[in-house]
Amino acid sequence: MPEVRRTTITVLTVIELALLSAALVMPVFLDSFWVLFLTKIFILALLALSFDLVWGYAGIMSFGQALFFGVAGYATALLSQKVGVSSVFILLPLAAAVGLALAFLMALLVILGKRIPSLAFVALGTMTGSYVVERLARGWSYVGGQNGISSLPRLTAGTLEIEEGLLFCYMALAILVVIYAACRWLVRSQFGLVLAGIRQQESRIAFLGYDVQTFKAVIFSFAGMIAGISGALFAFHEGFVGPGQLGPVLSTQAVLYVLFGGVGTLIGAVIGVTVLDMLNYLLPQMTFLGPTVKNFVETGWPILLGLLLLATVLFRPSGLMGFVMRDRSRNFLFGKKAESDDTQSGEGKA
Amino acid sequence: MSLLTVQSVSKIYSTLTALSSVDMTVRQNEFHGLIGPNGSGKSTMLKCLAGAEIASSGTIHLAGRNITRMSPQDRSRAGLSLKFQITAILPELAVYDNLLIALQAHQSFWGLLRSGSRDRLHEQVVHYLERFRLRERQYDLAGELSHGQQQWLEIAMALSLQPKLLLLDEPTAGMSPQERRATGELLQPIRQQCSLLIVEHDLDFIKDMCDSLTVLDQGQIVASGPTADVQNDVRVKEVYLANV
Repeated sequence: MPEVRRTTITVLTVIELALLSAALVMPVFLDSFWVLFLTKIFILALLALSFDLVWGYAGIMSFGQALFFGVAGYATALLSQKVGVSSVFILLPLAAAVGLALAFLMALLVILGKRIPSLAFVALGTMTGSYVVERLARGWSYVGGQNGISSLPRLTAGTLEIEEGLLFCYMALAILVVIYAACRWLVRSQFGLVLAGIRQQESRIAFLGYDVQTFKAVIFSFAGMIAGISGALFAFHEGFVGPGQLGPVLSTQAVLYVLFGGVGTLIGAVIGVTVLDMLNYLLPQMTFLGPTVKNFVETGWPILLGLLLLATVLFRPSGLMGFVMRDRSRNFLFGKKAESDDTQSGEGKA
Repeated sequence: MSLLTVQSVSKIYSTLTALSSVDMTVRQNEFHGLIGPNGSGKSTMLKCLAGAEIASSGTIHLAGRNITRMSPQDRSRAGLSLKFQITAILPELAVYDNLLIALQAHQSFWGLLRSGSRDRLHEQVVHYLERFRLRERQYDLAGELSHGQQQWLEIAMALSLQPKLLLLDEPTAGMSPQERRATGELLQPIRQQCSLLIVEHDLDFIKDMCDSLTVLDQGQIVASGPTADVQNDVRVKEVYLANV
């Protein structure tokens, strides 16, 4: 009889450990271009994680994660440019607070209400928020208008300047690992069990006595906080923040990363970012494919990306993770497993 | 002593009057049956009680508290629990976790984040699994249980909230005769725990189970009282029994 597995050493854990080992070792052996590339992947993986939390675990379709990403980027960029603050110990907590507060505000508008809002209402509400703020940034000269804010100073930790390169790369990795671990712990807690219930039968969970909207607002705000941290890291890594970091295009990219990697697995979000960004960079480099293909990839990447998404949704809704994990193995036991069962059935049930 | 008091409850959907000035009382530790032909307003009544719909007029009191306009979650906290007509378990979660999610319903956010009650609730989960004959399937996905077992799981979930009043909407729908008999056996001990309001089509089942009955027809009460009296009521025989 098929059973839900208690998480011990599973395919998922093996993938997580393998990727962590690779991420720890690789930067040392890569040249500076690839270190920068890898850093960007670590940072965008945070944005993708924030979307996976809201959609993959709580069933909230947010098309506005870039809003929290971009506004936190702008807020920290302004603080560093206008006030001269560059300390990572001030800027990153500020980014987290901005992402959290803004996501909570958005939750007040689209999630918290008398009635449970529909999926489409939340999707359109978040997308509209993202679009409106992007338009606002484009027209507002104080934040640089179309050009955004450039030439951001380097982040500092005390007297240490965090240069783009190995140091920044390992800092981004450390933040990614800590946040990933926190998300993993959250989704496997009893709180995560409620989220799993909300995703499957929202109305049923309300009849059990749970305040569904509050749970959704909490996870949405937490995800906004992660997107905020990601946005600030991105701005200081690139030395630039612009309206493109706020809008629906980046928000949709976060959706793509997660759908492509595998929704509701956390690690799928990280894999989605890695594979899609690598494809985006490597495909035009493959000269043996001929100039037509090269030109098409360079100019038509958004079209390719769209086709890829369409193919994923139609043929492999579980994303890349679906190749290595059956749907069943995504389900794990939240509750305590009886000790007597462990001893009786051994590995078969563990 | 009455636990649930429904006074002059009406529910009107634009031009359709689904319930018209319904009065009903369920006493403590009583098994009360709500019956009536299709379209009589039974499901609407249950929805108004559970909070899925808000009554257009009238009042509903549970243990002295006015719950007429409360949200479903507040009604649940006030002691009302519901088993839906269409099974509403969580199919992609283990049977065990379905019960855990019900049992932990009144924990704080922080308690849930810390998973503080996971170990403490284990014994209660096992108790309900055994009571509803689901222990053997505890680690299976709930969606893979038989229809009857899914109904039992949902009753177990509703009961684990330790309600004052349990609402069961057609608990034996789609069950085999054996499962129906077993369901009756599983429900009997509930009497010591709470009151029961059952909406059911299976008259034999409800006659054996319930102390009192309320019969609805076209949104109005035809008869209400002890089961034996209602069964022999001439109007009930006319409007309901002839239609079943």
